[in-house]
Amino acid sequence: MATATVARSARLDRARQVAASVTDPEMPMLTLEDLGVLRDVELTEEGRVVATITPTYSGCPAMATMRDDLVRRLQDAGFGAEVRVSLHPAWSSDWITPRGRQTLADHGLSAPGPAPRHDGPIPLSFLPTRRSLTCPRCGSAEVEVTSEFGPTACRALYRCTTCLEPFEHVKEI
Amino acid sequence: MTEPTTMNSTPDPSHLPDHDSVYDGLLGSDDSHWAFGTDFEDPLAGVDTTVPDGVDHHDLAVYCLMVADDALVMSQRLSQWCSNAPDLEEDVALANIALDLLGQARLLLARAAAADPTVVPTMPAGSPVPPEDALAFFRDHRDFRNVRLVETDNGDFAVTMARLLLFSTWRLALFQRLAVSRDHVLSAVAVKGVKEMTYHRDYAGRWFLTLARGTEESRRRLVAGLAATWPMRAELFTAHDVEQRVAAAGVGVDPSTVADEVDVLLEQVFGLSGIARPDIAPLAGVQHRTGRHGLHTESFSRLLAEMQVVARAHPMGTW
Repeated sequence: MATATVARSARLDRARQVAASVTDPEMPMLTLEDLGVLRDVELTEEGRVVATITPTYSGCPAMATMRDDLVRRLQDAGFGAEVRVSLHPAWSSDWITPRGRQTLADHGLSAPGPAPRHDGPIPLSFLPTRRSLTCPRCGSAEVEVTSEFGPTACRALYRCTTCLEPFEHVKEI
Repeated sequence: MTEPTTMNSTPDPSHLPDHDSVYDGLLGSDDSHWAFGTDFEDPLAGVDTTVPDGVDHHDLAVYCLMVADDALVMSQRLSQWCSNAPDLEEDVALANIALDLLGQARLLLARAAAADPTVVPTMPAGSPVPPEDALAFFRDHRDFRNVRLVETDNGDFAVTMARLLLFSTWRLALFQRLAVSRDHVLSAVAVKGVKEMTYHRDYAGRWFLTLARGTEESRRRLVAGLAATWPMRAELFTAHDVEQRVAAAGVGVDPSTVADEVDVLLEQVFGLSGIARPDIAPLAGVQHRTGRHGLHTESFSRLLAEMQVVARAHPMGTW
């Protein structure tokens, strides 16, 4: 009995390791775990792996790919696997891990600050979102937003006015 | 594929240290990343779609269609700006907003089909078309329940911004209330949508202000755009019977309850922009029937034709 429990626990650890190493299709330097999309990995009574993921944005076109990648990688590692989508609680950029933030910075992307929290009506903001961030290339704080919308749903476009290079910022949500 | 094959004519990038980092992640990762869009997935796979007690299944489905169709049709209109916006940043912004709304529409259409499968059009036997696609591409105009605000022509950029301000202010107010819906799917879609649409509304509000305080020409176009949009405003706050019933059941929102909040926000934008609130009569319905009842404008038929033509030509198609 104890041996079976130990074996099951080792198997779950292994499944978690495999699932945690699957990368995001749109930002492949990040794992789904670093991005905070991978919410849970469990074993059923029968020993199948159930991985739970949460979409970053409602229209995220990468969800199907993430699911396929998880299933395929887990199958390659010898697990029967299925993926569940959890819509609640909604994904927040606060879920990106410290390692994920460092990886973003290493790849020239600016990591998100704390996500806004609202109790009651959300005020309409007429000025560009104020964020204290620095250019991931030269470190200057003299940056300006070009657009709140970027090449994927989760990114905004910025420009550094010191080194003049454009860069992308992962949005707070 | 194990290693990328280098053709003789292709320069070896390995001696270009400044340029290799971008590709490291791509080439070093999963091959499956290159196979986008080859597979269908149910957007609600693994989500609990049990209908809460005391809610009529058909009412819930029709309500989901209303909220879904608003997003789907608005998304289609915004997508028409692709490669036509004033500059690249606006092109990308409008496409992003359209994508967020399309994501909401997919979840809500799937939710409608799960709540009451009888709302889904009948497809030929053996058709692989999933319920959400059958609802989007195989319903006729009279079965669409969107408000007419979202279906009229885009006009110029100022018309689109005036409409987006009205739409996102209204929908954000609705979704803040829908976040506490007893229906788990509606509640989850709303919580997510609130975060997304806060960006949409800020975007529209800033452009409204910019155009109003810009040049004489930009201001003239904005005033005209607001006037073109305003007749569709009253319909946003007129509750359909289904909306009243789902609101009473604690799963939906009666849109008349958000009218004051939306007005306060619009007055704030108008005040800062130095724009007078329009005094224009609402677009009439036919015997009190409007978009929510399936009564639409002429331009909606052309929009649907463009959106549906390919899917309808291939009812047995796999995408």
